Amino acid sequence: MKNRRVVITGLGITAPNGTNVSEFTNAIKKGVSGIRNSKELKSFNFSCQIAGFPIYNKDYLNNYFSSIQLRGLNASGMEYGVIAGIDAWKDAGFSISTAEIPLWDVGVVFGTGILGVDKFREAIYKVDEGKVRRLGSTTVTQTMASGISAFLGGMLGCGNVVTTNSSACSTGTEAILMAYDRISSGKAEIILAGSTSDSGPYVWGGFDAMRILPYKYNDNPIAASRPMSASASGFVPGSGAGALVIESLESAQKRGASIYAEILGGHVNSGGQRNGGSMTAPNSDAVQQCIKRAIDNAGIHKDDIDAINGHLTATAMDSVEIHNWCEALGRKESDFPYINSLKSLVGHCLAASGSIESVATVLQLKENFIFGNINCEDLHPEIEALVNREKIPTETLDVSPNIIAKASFGFGDVNACVIFKKYS
Amino acid sequence: MTKEELLPKLKAIIEPYVQNQDGLKKLNENTDFIKDLEINSANLVDVILDVEDEFGIEIDNEAMEKMLTVKASIEIIKAKLSEK
Repeated sequence: MKNRRVVITGLGITAPNGTNVSEFTNAIKKGVSGIRNSKELKSFNFSCQIAGFPIYNKDYLNNYFSSIQLRGLNASGMEYGVIAGIDAWKDAGFSISTAEIPLWDVGVVFGTGILGVDKFREAIYKVDEGKVRRLGSTTVTQTMASGISAFLGGMLGCGNVVTTNSSACSTGTEAILMAYDRISSGKAEIILAGSTSDSGPYVWGGFDAMRILPYKYNDNPIAASRPMSASASGFVPGSGAGALVIESLESAQKRGASIYAEILGGHVNSGGQRNGGSMTAPNSDAVQQCIKRAIDNAGIHKDDIDAINGHLTATAMDSVEIHNWCEALGRKESDFPYINSLKSLVGHCLAASGSIESVATVLQLKENFIFGNINCEDLHPEIEALVNREKIPTETLDVSPNIIAKASFGFGDVNACVIFKKYS
Repeated sequence: MTKEELLPKLKAIIEPYVQNQDGLKKLNENTDFIKDLEINSANLVDVILDVEDEFGIEIDNEAMEKMLTVKASIEIIKAKLSEK
């Protein structure tokens, strides 16, 4: 039961530029940005007063949560994750089981960096006021990191692994690989994989304090997120969730499911915070090794990669990332694959970035396009020296990529790279 | 407040937590929150908080442990109201 083929049969998304898959697909094809002013960040005197966050009416939640689940719900990441997760599940053609027997071969791997920050703030105030007895029954379930996988697992009746992984900004990509490994080795048939990240000043404040968010674009939010640009000045904070139903090919074929793409494999590693790597910067050797091992694990040749969906956050590290791709693939200039960064449109959705960006990557394979990068007309000279301009499209290309590599890198010097392929 | 006045108020408070609507229809003094209404035991603390808000009273741990039926709840609410 080793190395079974693994495919993607459902997608769900709660992104700053689209809260369902069709809206999101349209937005990334047309270069619609989800970055906007945040009155909240402004009122708290943030340097960066813009952000990418999903927008929907509160009533929309009634489609996903019972009235009792909504009472006292104050965890935006929980909302995003449940919307994306349930949408992906239904997109895969499943209904919500009410049977008393759990689905033994179905699991959830849904990551987050920190969950329910606003609920936690609420609880801290009550505790400090000596009113711990007034916290209610949901403080724990909304603030435990695994609250999101617990909610989804319970809603769907999952009986296989139900867990939350956490590896900073590589969380979402890591979740997909954890699901892939478990299904490929025969321990599960179907896993709802994804990740979510809360919105708001209490999540983003620490990054503002590190002075790594842009502060010169408060009057022009759409131009703020500038991956690969010479004028990139930091990442725009973002939030949301992405979800993918990952399934053994066997199971998908048996039930006649529609297939978005295949996962060929991937790799996760760490640079050990050695050799240039640190808590906040990657060890380039580790990044290159992660990409190379992902390619080996996928059983492809480096020249088979048609496109890359990068991590590319819009900091000085973008040039280093491009250099690492060139080294790992042994490809540059006109031989380099197409490359794009979703962050130009949604900002950096932190723990949710890997899953949101993977949904975008899979859509490119399924619908035959490479979405354009906005805000990089002034390509960084170090990047221009490595890669031909036409490989960094500024408008969506009508091409049919066969294999796309997606990578995410996170604080703690952790890396994840997954290889997706058009299903045939 | 009399028992007759308290009952509809209590019913309105517990209604959102009830998972057995049949039990709610047959609600009477002897109704047990968990057995008859299938209220999730974790939600009992939320019922207590809602009762405190509605009546402006505080229910201590000891009283709370007894509030498992309509009858016991009404007695406790009445007692706490009279202490006010």
